[in-house]
This record gives sequence, C-alpha cells and structure tokens, in this order.
Amino acid sequence: MKRQHAVVFVRIAVLAVSIIFLEVCCRAGIVDPLTVIPPSEMLASMIDRVGSGEMNTSIMSTFSTIVFAFVLAIGFGILAGALIHRSPRLRDVVDPLLASYYSVPTFIFYPLLVALLGLGKAPLVVLGVLSAAPAVMISTLSGLDGISPVLIKLARVHRLSAARTFSWIVLPAALPRLFTGLKLALSYALIGVIAGEFILSGTGLGYDISFAYQSFDNRAMYGTMLFVLSIAVIANGFLYAWEGRLARRRSRG
Amino acid sequence: MGGATGAAPFEGMSDVLLEDAQGRPTPRRRVRAFDTFVLFLSVLALWQTIGSWTRGVAVSPPWQTLVYLFGLLRTWMFWDHAAATLAAFLLAFLLSALIGLALGLLFGVRRFAGDVAEPLLAGFYTIPKVTLYPVVLLIFGLGMSAKIAFGVMHGLVPITLFTLGAVRNLSPVLIRTAKVLHLSPGRTVLWILVPACLGDILNGLRIGFSLSLLGVLIGEMFSSQRGLGFLLVNGMAQHNVPLSTAIVTVIVVVAIAANTAMLCLGRWTGPRGA
Repeated sequence: MKRQHAVVFVRIAVLAVSIIFLEVCCRAGIVDPLTVIPPSEMLASMIDRVGSGEMNTSIMSTFSTIVFAFVLAIGFGILAGALIHRSPRLRDVVDPLLASYYSVPTFIFYPLLVALLGLGKAPLVVLGVLSAAPAVMISTLSGLDGISPVLIKLARVHRLSAARTFSWIVLPAALPRLFTGLKLALSYALIGVIAGEFILSGTGLGYDISFAYQSFDNRAMYGTMLFVLSIAVIANGFLYAWEGRLARRRSRG
Repeated sequence: MGGATGAAPFEGMSDVLLEDAQGRPTPRRRVRAFDTFVLFLSVLALWQTIGSWTRGVAVSPPWQTLVYLFGLLRTWMFWDHAAATLAAFLLAFLLSALIGLALGLLFGVRRFAGDVAEPLLAGFYTIPKVTLYPVVLLIFGLGMSAKIAFGVMHGLVPITLFTLGAVRNLSPVLIRTAKVLHLSPGRTVLWILVPACLGDILNGLRIGFSLSLLGVLIGEMFSSQRGLGFLLVNGMAQHNVPLSTAIVTVIVVVAIAANTAMLCLGRWTGPRGA
C-alpha cells in the first residue's frame, strides 16, 4: 500500500513540476506567447469562457452529438456482436474484418459523409458510430466467448427462462470485457466527433478551437482546448473508476 | 483490437458441420473463401447503391472510381502527393517505433517508473489529440515536421504501452536465467527480452502503424498543401467526387494490406515465442 502511495505521489509531482516548468518558461519569455500561453492563463481563459456562457451552444451541440453517437454505437455494437456470436460461419467472415477495421483511418470517410449527409450533425454522429461501434462489437464477442460453459449448463439445470439466463448469467459474466469496449467506445466517439468538428463543421467545440486558431486568438484557443481535454480526462477517469469498483465487487463475491 | 482471437473454440466444431453432396466434408478453407467472396461482393453492391442513389454527388460508383484511379496513377501530381504522405508517415512511424520501444523497455524494467508513467500514457492515449494539432502547428510551423510530430503523438503511446506490458509480464524465470548466465544488459535485451516479447511488440507496432498513419492524414486534412489528406479534402471542396473516392479507396486498400501483412508476420513469429 505504501508503494502505491509513493507512485501516486510521484505521478502528481511529475505533472505539477512540468506544469510549473511550462509556466516559468512562458513567464520568462523562453517560450513565445504566440506559441504557448502560460498554463495559468489557459485556466483563466477556460473559466472566463465557461462562466460567460459564450460556449454554451457549442457545449450543448458537441456533447449531445457525442452522447447520441455513443448510445447508438453501444446499441448497434452489442446487437451485432450477439448476432455474430450465434453464427460461427458469419463469425469466420467477420473476424478478419474486425481485426483490420481499426487499421483503416475511419476519419478519411468524413468528407464523403459530409457530401452524403450535408454539413450538420448527421455526418458527425455517423463518424462517431463508425469509430466506436466495432470496439463494442469486439468486446461483446470476447465477453460472450469468455462465459464458461458450466454457467450456461447451470442455467439449464435450474430451468431459467431466456430472459433470466441473460440477466442473471450472461450479462454478469460478460460485463467485465464488455466494459472495456464501452470505455474504448466513449473515447472513440469523443475523438471522432471532435475531430470531425475540428476539420469541417460550423458548430461545436472542435470548430471553436479551429476557428480560434485561424483567427490567431490563442487565449480562446487554449481555454477551449483545456476545457475539451479536461472533460475527456474526467469522463474516461469516471469510467475507469467505475470499472475498478465493479471488479472489486466481483472479487468480493 | 484482438478480434481474431476468439475464433478458436469454433474451429474444430464447424469442420464437421459442412459436407458436400457425396458426404465428404468440404474443406473449411474453401467455404471461408466463398463467404469472404460474398462479403466482398456485398460491399461492392452497397458502394454501387450509395453511388447511384446519390447520383454520384457524394461517392462515385466502384467501376467509375477504378477507371478514374487508373488515370490518376499515371499522373505525376498523384505520386508527388503520395510521396509527401509516405515520407511523413515513414518518418513518423520510425520515430514512434524507436522511441516507443526504448521507453517501453525502460518503463518495463524499472517497475517504479513504469507504475508512475503508465496511467499518464494511457490517459494521453484516450484524449482527443486532434484538439492539440493547432499547438503542434504553432510549435513546428506549417509543413512536414508538424505532420511528423502529430503522427508520432498518435503512434508513440501504443507502442510504448504494449512493450511495457510485455516486458512487465515476462516470466521471472527468464530474467533469472539471464542473471545465472551472467549476460550483459545489452545481451539480456537482445537475447531474452526482445525474443520473449516479440508477439506483443509486433502487436504494438501494428497499432502504432495505423495510428501514426491516422495522425499524418489528419494533419494533412486540416492544414496542408500537400499529401493525400490534402488531395482528399481538396477533391471534396472542388466537388471532384471521383478524386476523393479514389483517394479514400487507395488509403483503405493500403492500410488493410499493411495491417494484414503485419498480422501474418505476427502469426509467423508467434509459435516460436510460445
């Protein structure tokens, strides 16, 4: 336990020292303020921009798109994963596809999607689903594979109905691996939507960042950037902590 | 990311399921080839449907794209852009691989440093790095070096994490063997660590490969005057649909081919490590 505390302490110290180092470099003029502004300025700008409410529309638009894409990806991924799991023949065809899916930069489809669906939320949602759903699919498959046959036999011995087999046996047994997929899906949906907004869009936080970059407004750019990155870190950290709690509850029995 | 690993339980089972007219089992491989062919045809059909449904406004149909692509391959302009992307990507991948392997080995051997660094790296892996591209541009300026730096930002972390995991999970017997044989640190790395971790390292390199390609392409799509990513966005902006469809096709084919080759390489080297 003591070593764990030391690890966390050193980690925080490393982060703090690098932030302070950057701050000092910026303040001393070693780093040009046209390149990077001091971290304290970034924080101040973020608080200003969030507090004044000028980002509210962007925040709403971006996060509703992300949540929509995330939910669609989970639904579609679990459904497709469960279907493919039932058919070994289909599985043989799909497995190599899934194995090389993430080698294709999904992002290059975005311009085509914009041409297909117009410059609105639709191509962003589709891009988010395209990048997140296969992760859910893969983890659903591996979660279902990981269920020990003994458990299924146990359900049969107890004559559980299909619904109960699912909710009492299949779901708890597959959940840990499924959760890995959900974690990945969230970060992929986030990356897909924000990257899409960043490259080609008229709304959202990604667009705000690229707009601020193009109009040389460094303060606004770093403030928005810090906000987006903080949200991403908090969301991922939340899922990470939740996963840890689930794992602990399982090990307690 | 390891989608193919789960297939094993079915292989023995489905070998006997399929029999031809004389009752002889059809070779599994032939059925699989047939299914893959059907899948390929349905992808083409879907592509054709989208193409003709939108009357070529967004996506040009497969045959037309192929014809256009062959014309494109004969132009000097295409190879100029392709060479720019390839050069940036290869440099980015090489840098990611070298730095990632070195960092991974270091963090794997030094447990404490590894424990400190791993969550930081994993956190960096999950954030939307696109938002950091303006910073990269401000630091490196417009051009090749910004693209390379962005590619490295994407590719470095997975290679480091996979190498770190592999070295950390190494069987202690191997390390003790190295100690008993009084191997020098250099030889321990070369004779024990690298061969034992080869599978995981190759996996990390494969993921790093695709991510640094992604990084370089995003860099070109956002703000660049050269490269395939620029050509793609430019084709879209000029309503040159066959051009953008052809570029997407080239990138998809190259990415899948490279990934398949690396998967095969991993399978080929795999049994020796096990």
